[in-house]
Amino acid sequence: MAFYLLRRIGETFVTLLLITLLVFCLTRLTGDPAALLLPPESTEEARQYFRVHHGLDRALPIQYVTYLRNVAAGDFGMSFRLNEPAIDVVWRALGPTLSLAGAGMLLSILIGMPLGIIAAASSRPWVKSVVSGYSSLGQALPPFWTGLTLVLVFALWIPLLPTSGYGAAKYYVLPAVTLAISTSSAIAGLTAANMSEALKNDFIALERVLGLSEARVLLKHALRNASLPIVTYLGLQFGLILGGAIVTERVFAWPGIGQRIVEAILARDYPVVQAVVLVTALMFMLINLLVDLFYMVLDPRLRT
Amino acid sequence: MSAASRSLFAFWRRSPASAGEAPSLPWLTFACCALLVAAAIFGNWIAPYSKEAVSLGASLLPPAWQQGGSMQHLLGTDQLGRDILSRLIAGARISLATAAAATLLSGAFGVLVGLVAGYVGGIVESIAMRVVDAFLALPFILLALALVATLGTGFGNIIIVMVIANWARYARLVRSEVLSVKHRDFVTLARIAGVRPLVIMLRHVLPNVLNSVVVLAILDVGRAIILESSLSFLGVGIQPPDVSWGLMLADGRTLMVFAWWLTTLPGLMIVFAVLSFNSLGRWLHVRFDPRGQL
Repeated sequence: MAFYLLRRIGETFVTLLLITLLVFCLTRLTGDPAALLLPPESTEEARQYFRVHHGLDRALPIQYVTYLRNVAAGDFGMSFRLNEPAIDVVWRALGPTLSLAGAGMLLSILIGMPLGIIAAASSRPWVKSVVSGYSSLGQALPPFWTGLTLVLVFALWIPLLPTSGYGAAKYYVLPAVTLAISTSSAIAGLTAANMSEALKNDFIALERVLGLSEARVLLKHALRNASLPIVTYLGLQFGLILGGAIVTERVFAWPGIGQRIVEAILARDYPVVQAVVLVTALMFMLINLLVDLFYMVLDPRLRT
Repeated sequence: MSAASRSLFAFWRRSPASAGEAPSLPWLTFACCALLVAAAIFGNWIAPYSKEAVSLGASLLPPAWQQGGSMQHLLGTDQLGRDILSRLIAGARISLATAAAATLLSGAFGVLVGLVAGYVGGIVESIAMRVVDAFLALPFILLALALVATLGTGFGNIIIVMVIANWARYARLVRSEVLSVKHRDFVTLARIAGVRPLVIMLRHVLPNVLNSVVVLAILDVGRAIILESSLSFLGVGIQPPDVSWGLMLADGRTLMVFAWWLTTLPGLMIVFAVLSFNSLGRWLHVRFDPRGQL
């Protein structure tokens, strides 16, 4: 297990290095970084000073090592627009995004898993049809449109909830539901498929013969067997929900990293773009690493 | 082509192996996909107005069935008096063209990488697969946004962005399929017979992995439509004067309270297109590649 763990951490590290290389190449190979990273109105002297000052006149591999050292120290340079270190902009935006993604994920699991279990356990065909219809429809709905439609109905036509903003619990309802509609439908589909497989096992039939309660059979034994692929999938879904949050934040003026990266792209504020991409990648990979560890806890066969 | 896998390209010639195994031909799905493709190809001739025809006298007309609507503009008009139906049709052209081009190109590149990595093996495979992992480690939309930041926006750039963001999925799929094929007898025999590696890859290995590639590609069209419309909605995708469903939604946002059709109709089009292509993909998946890992 220790070996497996070390290998996974090593792989994560290599992947992270490759992502820094990718981001590095994106800024260095698409033109003159001095032109790209300095405001367009700056003079030629300022650009030359910038090149020498940042070592941009040196060989690319040396530049990459310098870049890596800065990134490892959390130094992505100053944001052009906000006149503060780019990494600070990201840290401030990370809290709102993570709390929104967390709320969305929780709601998705609370809606998706019961729906999946009901679909697998029910003997009525229409129940299965309704759940599989929800599953297909939910995944075809683009989150920004779901969000706008929810705003139109529940904030403008029936003024129950705020249209946008950040803070108290009522601000979370519409964005979290928006995220949950697409994610819970995916979770429901996968849970249903894995539960139906698990219910075909002989020990399930045996337990029913032995007179265990249906709830116990379903929730304790079948669900435990179905949970491995579901947990892996939840890890993947967290990446998707972060992606969905980026778009959803734009609909609800949520002060998270999605807002920041879109503003930064429109203002050509590259240090902030790079900081958002690398921090999100790091977070996403750590989550996947945690999912793998959790996997080992759930499946004793992997522990040896 | 091996006997075990049914060819995707000749489904009309064969009957299903057993009646209960595969669902019958989904005519409704075919019809919906055909309708969208027809709108994309022949849109310029079908659309009642030009997508840019401004008519300020007729701005913000509701759809024909609502009070104040007119039969001249069946689905109403936007703030500049442009016909919504015509713009939806023009949007179908951009959205489907972007999705199709991005899917084809990323499929072709991913298949090439996966084929070479899987067949050659060794250090080439290790390096290629680490690079694939790096690309898959980022949420799709975030990678696309990072690329847009340097490459820029607009029709051509969005296609490039989507190819760079998506090829790795094909490479991973094809490589794992190649691994399962390359030690089969017909490949070994071809090698012993002295067939050149390039010919083995293209003639004997590639046809056996194409089924799953096509299934993934059709399912990807839906993803690509959502990605393109998301980028356009965020203002970093398709740019005016081109029309895209995501762009129409972003334009109509501020007027949504007075004119529900500005955001609701383009959204419905996106959902309709994604549902159609996803259900086609799912049917192909069950019918031709039931054990495939997507």
